[in-house]
Amino acid sequence: MHDEQAFLEYVQAGGQVETADWMPDDYRAKLVKFIEMHGNSELMGVLPEREWILRAPTLQRKLALTAKVQDEVGHAQLIYRVVEDLGKPRDRCLADLVDGKAKFHNVFHYPTKTWGDVGVIAWLVDAAAIISQKALLKCSYAPYARIMKKICWEESFHILHGRDVILAMVTGTPEQFELVQEALDRWWGPLMQFHGNPIPKEEDPMYLWRIKSQGNEEARQQFLEGYVPQIWELGLTVPDPNLRRREDGVWEYSEPDWDELMHVVTGHGPKTDERLAFRRRVLEQEQWVRDAVLAA
Amino acid sequence: MNERLLGLADDELVIGWRDSEWTGIAPMLEEDVAFSSIAQNEIGHARAVYEMLADDADALAFDRTPAEYRCAPLVQLHLLEWAHTIARRWLYEVADEIRITTLMADLPLAAKINREEAYHRMHAEMWHERLGDEPRFRNAVKELWPYALGVVLPEQREELCARVKLDEVEAVERGANDEAFAALHNEMTSVRRSAPAGAQW
Amino acid sequence: MIYEVFRRERKGQAFEHAGSLVAPDTEFAETWAREQYGRRGESVALWLVPRDAIHDVEDWADEFDLKYRRVDGCWIKARLKEARERAAARTG
Repeated sequence: MHDEQAFLEYVQAGGQVETADWMPDDYRAKLVKFIEMHGNSELMGVLPEREWILRAPTLQRKLALTAKVQDEVGHAQLIYRVVEDLGKPRDRCLADLVDGKAKFHNVFHYPTKTWGDVGVIAWLVDAAAIISQKALLKCSYAPYARIMKKICWEESFHILHGRDVILAMVTGTPEQFELVQEALDRWWGPLMQFHGNPIPKEEDPMYLWRIKSQGNEEARQQFLEGYVPQIWELGLTVPDPNLRRREDGVWEYSEPDWDELMHVVTGHGPKTDERLAFRRRVLEQEQWVRDAVLAA
Repeated sequence: MNERLLGLADDELVIGWRDSEWTGIAPMLEEDVAFSSIAQNEIGHARAVYEMLADDADALAFDRTPAEYRCAPLVQLHLLEWAHTIARRWLYEVADEIRITTLMADLPLAAKINREEAYHRMHAEMWHERLGDEPRFRNAVKELWPYALGVVLPEQREELCARVKLDEVEAVERGANDEAFAALHNEMTSVRRSAPAGAQW
Repeated sequence: MIYEVFRRERKGQAFEHAGSLVAPDTEFAETWAREQYGRRGESVALWLVPRDAIHDVEDWADEFDLKYRRVDGCWIKARLKEARERAAARTG
């Protein structure tokens, strides 16, 4: 069945694809790029959080944050394995990443400035991610859908941890409350851009191939519906005067800065160069270890 | 005894803290995940001992001055390079096994820690075998050897030499916590110190 | 070498394929799989199998459509329908 139309109908009817199956070239190419971007995002997402592992203010927070970042590394391992089985070896993915030839999610191009960021990232950035990831449980490419189960399960720990960090601070000193509010003010813009511009899903090739099972706006609405009430009930404010929930349940908000999103994901975020350079340096420094271990 | 236990706890805390720095940047992702577990276990051990020694484990872990910590110089070293990091892991696990097993007679907690450390030893041995012939690794072991001796009591050093198959040299003893450790402690406590003592996090 | 990882979540359950990893030998594979598939207590046992050791079986011949071997036993439906209609006619 090497028929692109038949394949399209097959996946749109819920059909699943395994590694050895025939796939249209376009499907395979888009799939690899999408999954690779996810792997890159997990790997780059580690960097903003790493610094705070060293500064965690209690033993429990130290352990929880280390475990969270560890999970992300584990996710990267699972994801790059899937990409490798589709034909692109991990070291090529990493080379493309550090050479700026591959993308990763907007949120990981921004700095983390305080412990407030640690809470906001674990609670809200991970929440935004888990909404997309739950939708990927239905990905037409089965090996990817299967690893998403483990990934979603582990992400649920992160959100709990994040919420706990936030709750401790909003019920702590006024300065601690301010730390959270200030971090939220900085992260709101990137969070609203996270799910991508509101391209209708019928025009989104990722949806047509059922690689994604959800449109961008649908994901964003889910995020707002799930998390704005939680933010507001803690007495925190969202820096968008236009944010409101209509009677029909749809959330209205100020138009996110799509130019900023494009600018950032094409490699011009505030921390992009520094983080890629750091990854490059680390990779080069440790090449001898991989040679010693993997060149069996 | 308490001095020795505090030394054990501080060693585990600080090596755990140093090793946790590799989370996200280890040479391969699979090792990154495994190595991070080891770091977390070490901190867990420290916490268990602190809980035995004091009501507030966090206070004991964070709130002393750098001079009051009893950790060995070996764990205080800031090692940003894999050969040294693994060399330290290996030397530390061999020394720690000697130390822990002598504590086990008097301390059930030591037996518990020892059971978990068995996996750390497997990991360290595995890397030691794989990197054994690498000049980088052998040099790192040589450099760190005087520090490793300082982890155990003088009467335990002969045993350590036998296990590591190196001759005894002058040990770098516990006691003088240097500037690198003060810098670590400073960073480690930077968020904690930003709120009044007793603040919740 | 690629190792496939199978995990048993709880006693009583079968081993299920969980993922794969690249390792130079069984020792490394074990050390790494233990943490990747067990650090949160999600497995009571693992099987690590080099991918090369797995023998794939993926196709079956079904040239003559031997329906009797399968559950879609459509041939009784028609007769059952007729038997019910006749029974209804007798009582009705």
